[in-house]
Amino acid sequence: MTGGVSYNPWTMSAPLVSLQDVAFSAGKSLILRSVTLTVVEGEALGLFGGNGAGKTTLLRLVALLSRPSGGTVDVLGSATETDLAPVRRRIGMIGHTPALYPTLSLMENLSFLVGMRGEPVDRVGDALAQVGLGNVTGRQARHCSHGMQRRAEIALQLLTRPDLLLLDEPHSALDGGAAELVEYLAASVVDRGGAALVVSHDRDRVMQMTHRNVELVAGGLV
Amino acid sequence: MTGFWRQVHTVIMRDLRRERRTAEVLGVTIPFGATAIILIGFVLSANTDTLRKAGPAILWGIVFLFGTLVAVRRTAAETPAQRDMLALTGADPAAMWVGQAAASALFMILFQVIVGIAGFLFLGFSVPMWWSIPVVIVLVGIGLAALGTLAGWIAHDLETGTALVPLIVAPLAIPLLLGASKTLDVLVTNRGILRWIVLMMVVDLVVIIIGVLAARPLQENP
Repeated sequence: MTGGVSYNPWTMSAPLVSLQDVAFSAGKSLILRSVTLTVVEGEALGLFGGNGAGKTTLLRLVALLSRPSGGTVDVLGSATETDLAPVRRRIGMIGHTPALYPTLSLMENLSFLVGMRGEPVDRVGDALAQVGLGNVTGRQARHCSHGMQRRAEIALQLLTRPDLLLLDEPHSALDGGAAELVEYLAASVVDRGGAALVVSHDRDRVMQMTHRNVELVAGGLV
Repeated sequence: MTGFWRQVHTVIMRDLRRERRTAEVLGVTIPFGATAIILIGFVLSANTDTLRKAGPAILWGIVFLFGTLVAVRRTAAETPAQRDMLALTGADPAAMWVGQAAASALFMILFQVIVGIAGFLFLGFSVPMWWSIPVVIVLVGIGLAALGTLAGWIAHDLETGTALVPLIVAPLAIPLLLGASKTLDVLVTNRGILRWIVLMMVVDLVVIIIGVLAARPLQENP
């Protein structure tokens, strides 16, 4: 399965994500089996699959937030690192449920996360303005729509400039303008030599922003 | 300020802001705790001898039940998506743990001051050595907050969730509450209290060391 963006694998170099024969089980349920996958610098990869296919589990493994039951996961050189924190700092993820604290304002949420990274918070307001939230920076997240919270999370990724961007159903609950922001965000990461992995049901939309696409069926790649 | 202490400060400020918006401690836990003290005082008011003897134990029992609930609820209230986002900041898990425990300790100290005032008014015991009360309150506040935060982190990803927390906290809280109860007891009878204060300091120190050392493994091996 190929995407709509031109892609020349020979110009690509080091793999940023390398999964070898990865399995993941939860209790007695085998969620992923024998998954081998590589994402290289400058590549945007689409990952499709039905409900329960294991897409989100795979994304969490790539984000180094879970450990596989079998096989090896190497993300941004994580296989040789004992401390994963510096590697995780280089990964940006927008999950399919909002991660903002409901009782903090959008500005407070982003300032908190940027502050925890040890970075200056003075550009948070500009980033929120860039995604169209400049006039609601002081609004608590619980009073913002799902789409507005998504925009705020996009603003965070624009600020922190990850080398690897992971998007889980990025177009859900977004209007056209916000969906374009997602595409802009993924393109900006890829253009500076990073990579993007996009999990979605929305094949048509995702295939416009990816170089290559794979499908997960019952825990295995096809 | 070093990176570690800057992260601790950032977490404390987040938690103070969240409390300011939700008033969970000030508006719910403290009134319920104080009401429990007042009701017990009324129920036992006919038997002043029993009230005098059981007063310290009742007070610390209330502090334990409601106080631990504060620390656990605040820790367990974080959603998996929020924990993932925080992990991807690359922040030191020990700093996150210390920040959460420190914020809980502030709430615990405030809780004890108000519940303690209710206790002295309605449980009817007098204390000749007032100077040492702040020491006891601070030590118990730190100890219970650290215990509750540690239990909350342990319970995060267990299938049983927070249902296990009382079983985790209770055995560890026994020496702390024994020290607090004995301290108050000897305060009332105006005898030496040093060994009980030392016991509480040792418990606090041990729990803090366990929390700091366990934070990373708990984050890495959910």
